[in-house]
Amino acid sequence: MTVKESVRESAPVIVIRPKKGWWDIDWRSLWEYRELLYFFIWRDVKVRYKQTLIGAAWAIIQPFMTMVVFSLFFGKLAKIPSNGLPYPIFYYSALLPWTYFANSIQNATNTIVAHQNMIKKVYFPRLILPLSAVLSGLVDFAIAFSVLLGMMLFYGITPTWKLLLLPVLLTLATLTALGVGLWLSALNALYRDVRYATPFLIQLWLFASPVAYPASMVPERWQWLYWLNPMTAVIEGFRWALTGQGQPLNNLFFVSLCIVGLMLVLGLMFFHRMEGTIADVV
Amino acid sequence: MSDVVIRAEKLSKLYRIGQREKFTTLRDVIVRTFTAPFRRWFKNNQNEIVPNPQSPAPDNYIWALKDVSFEVKQGEVVGIIGRNGAGKSTLLKILARITEPTEGYAEVRGRVGSLLEVGTGFHPELTGRENIYLSGAVLGMKKREIDRKFDEIVAFAEMEKFIDTPVKYYSSGMYVRLAFAVAAHLDPEILLVDEVLAVGDAAFQKKCLGKMGDVAKEGRTVLFVSHNMAAIENLCSRAILLESGRIIGEGETKTIINLYLQSIMENIISTSLENVINRKGSGKIRLTHFYVEDSQGHQLKIIQSGQDVVFVLGFKCMENNIKNVNFGISINSLSGERLAVLYTSHTGQEFEKVPKKGEVRCYIPRFPFAPGRYQIRARVEVNGIEADFLREGVGYIDVEAGDFYGTGKLCDKGYAPFLIYGNWSIKSI
Repeated sequence: MTVKESVRESAPVIVIRPKKGWWDIDWRSLWEYRELLYFFIWRDVKVRYKQTLIGAAWAIIQPFMTMVVFSLFFGKLAKIPSNGLPYPIFYYSALLPWTYFANSIQNATNTIVAHQNMIKKVYFPRLILPLSAVLSGLVDFAIAFSVLLGMMLFYGITPTWKLLLLPVLLTLATLTALGVGLWLSALNALYRDVRYATPFLIQLWLFASPVAYPASMVPERWQWLYWLNPMTAVIEGFRWALTGQGQPLNNLFFVSLCIVGLMLVLGLMFFHRMEGTIADVV
Repeated sequence: MSDVVIRAEKLSKLYRIGQREKFTTLRDVIVRTFTAPFRRWFKNNQNEIVPNPQSPAPDNYIWALKDVSFEVKQGEVVGIIGRNGAGKSTLLKILARITEPTEGYAEVRGRVGSLLEVGTGFHPELTGRENIYLSGAVLGMKKREIDRKFDEIVAFAEMEKFIDTPVKYYSSGMYVRLAFAVAAHLDPEILLVDEVLAVGDAAFQKKCLGKMGDVAKEGRTVLFVSHNMAAIENLCSRAILLESGRIIGEGETKTIINLYLQSIMENIISTSLENVINRKGSGKIRLTHFYVEDSQGHQLKIIQSGQDVVFVLGFKCMENNIKNVNFGISINSLSGERLAVLYTSHTGQEFEKVPKKGEVRCYIPRFPFAPGRYQIRARVEVNGIEADFLREGVGYIDVEAGDFYGTGKLCDKGYAPFLIYGNWSIKSI
C-alpha cells in the first residue's frame, strides 16, 4: 500500500514473482524489447557469412545444389511425377520454403544454449531468442527467392495473382518453425541430446513433406493425415502459388492452419513455463 | 523521503543441488527428454516438489533464499554480506530478473543495471560501433538513447580511432574499456554490484568501485555484495546480513559487519577441544585448541587462498618427560575426503622435547586451496604411537577467493580444490 503511494509516475514498477499460469506472458515487456529483436536479427544476418569466401552465395547454393541433386536422382532417374513442371522449378519451389524451415528449426534449437552467457547475466524476454533465430532466416530466403524468379523467367513461367498467397504461406512456415523451435530450444537447454536429435527430426519431416515428390502421390485415404503436417500445405501451396500446378488449396489447408495455431500456443506455453528459470538449468 | 524503490516480500528460491538424473540408455534419454515437461507438470500438480517456504527443502534441494523481506529506499547504498553460499548472488539475480523466485515477490522501481554485465552481447566479428548498439540493446537501452550517448561512450572508452574495427582485433584492454563504457552509460536507477563475480584485473575492479561511488553520489540506489568489509563500510549506509538464505541481521553498516565477523568467528576457530569425548589414542598428550593466524600473528576468521597462514595447535602433556613427538594436521573436504596431510615427521621436525603446555605452529606459505569450507583434523604421536586423535576433527576453515598467483586478480571460484603455480612459456619448434 505504501509502495503504491510512493510510486513515481516516471519509473515503471517491475513486479518479480514466480509464474503461476501457462499463459500470463508479459507481452508488454516483449513489446518494450522489440528493438532488441531487431538488433538480434541484424546481428545474425551480419555475422552469418563473415569470414567465408563466397559469403551470402551460400544462401543460394544450399537449396540450388539440393535442387540439382533432386532433379537428377528423383526426377531423371526415379521418374517421380512433377505435375508437368520442369524438375528444377518443381524442386526449387519446394526447397525454398523447406530450407528456410529446416534452418530455422536448427537455429532455434541452438539459440538458448548459444546465448547462455547472456541469459545468465542480463534480463530480457527470452522469447526474443527463438523469435530472432526464426526470423533472421527470412533474409536468406529472400536471396534464394531472387534466383527462383530468374529460373521462372528462364522456363517461361509467368506468375499470376496467386503469387499474393506467398506471404501467407511464408508466415505459416515461420509460425510452424517457431512453434517447434520454442519446444526444442527450451528442451535443448535442459538436455543437450536435443541438439543431436534435431537433424534427425528434420530429415524425417523432409520425407513427410511433399518436397521430393508431389502430394498427389500419397494415397487418397491417407491424405487427411498427410495434411496434418503444416509443411504439406506450405510446400504444395508454394508450388501452386508460383506455377498454378499441383493441389489447389482446399479444406485441408484450414486443418493445417489449426494445427499451426495449436503448435504455436503449446510452444508458447511450454517456453513460458521454462523461461523464468532457464538461467538456472542451461 | 520515503521513496521505496525495492521491496522484497518473503522471497524464496529453491535450488536443486548435485547432479541431474543420470541416464543409462539411449531409450531412457529419448523417453525422458520427451516426457520431462509432463513429469514436471505432474509433479507440480501432485506437490511432489513442494515450493513452500514453510516446509524444509526436499532431498537434493536447498533453499538458497528463504523468506527474505526488506525494503530499500531511493538513494540508499546497501551492502549485502554473508559467507559463501549465503544467498547473496541469488538475491541479486532475482532482483535483476535473471531468474525468478520460487516463492514470494518483489517490486522494483526503475531500470536495474549491474556491473557484471560488462561485455554482455558483444560479438567479436562486429565493429566497435556495431557492438555499442548491440550491447546497449541487450542491456535494455533504446536505439534513440544509444544514438544520443554514442559520442560520449566512444570518448569515455578513448576509442575514436578504432570504432569501425571488428572488436576481435582489439586488445583485451581496449575490449574491456569499450564494454565498460557501454555499461557505465546505461544510467540505471538501481545498480546491483556483485563484487564476488566481478571480472577483470585489480585496476578494473577499482574502476567499478569508483563508478559505484559516483552512482551513489548522484542519488541512485545501489545494492552491493562484497566480502571486502572495508569497501562495504566506506560505501554503504546500511547492510543486510544473510546466512543460509535468510536475513539474520539488518541495520547500520558497522553493527552488521560486527555481527557478521562474530558469526564467522563462532563458526570456525578456537573452540576448546579439552572437553571433546570422541577421541582415541594413549592420551599421553591432549590437543586443547586449534586456530589459524596470518604471518603477523593476527587470528584469522577467513583464509584467502594464496595467503601465508599459520595453523596453531594447542596441547597439554598428561605425563612427564614425553619425548619424540610427531604432530599431524590434515585438511579434508566436507565429504570427508582427505586432501592434504602435514606431519612434523614429513619435514624431519619431530620434537625431541616438548613443553608441558604449549602450542605447535605450522607455517603454510601461499595457502593453495580454492574457496570453500574444509574440515581440519589433527593427530599426535608419541614414539610412533597414537597419543590423541579427535574423530570429528578439530574445526573448520573457510577459504575465500584470494590473489594466489600474485597478479592482483582474485582467483575466482575454483574449478578444482587445489591451486598450484604454473609458469608458462612458448617457443616455436
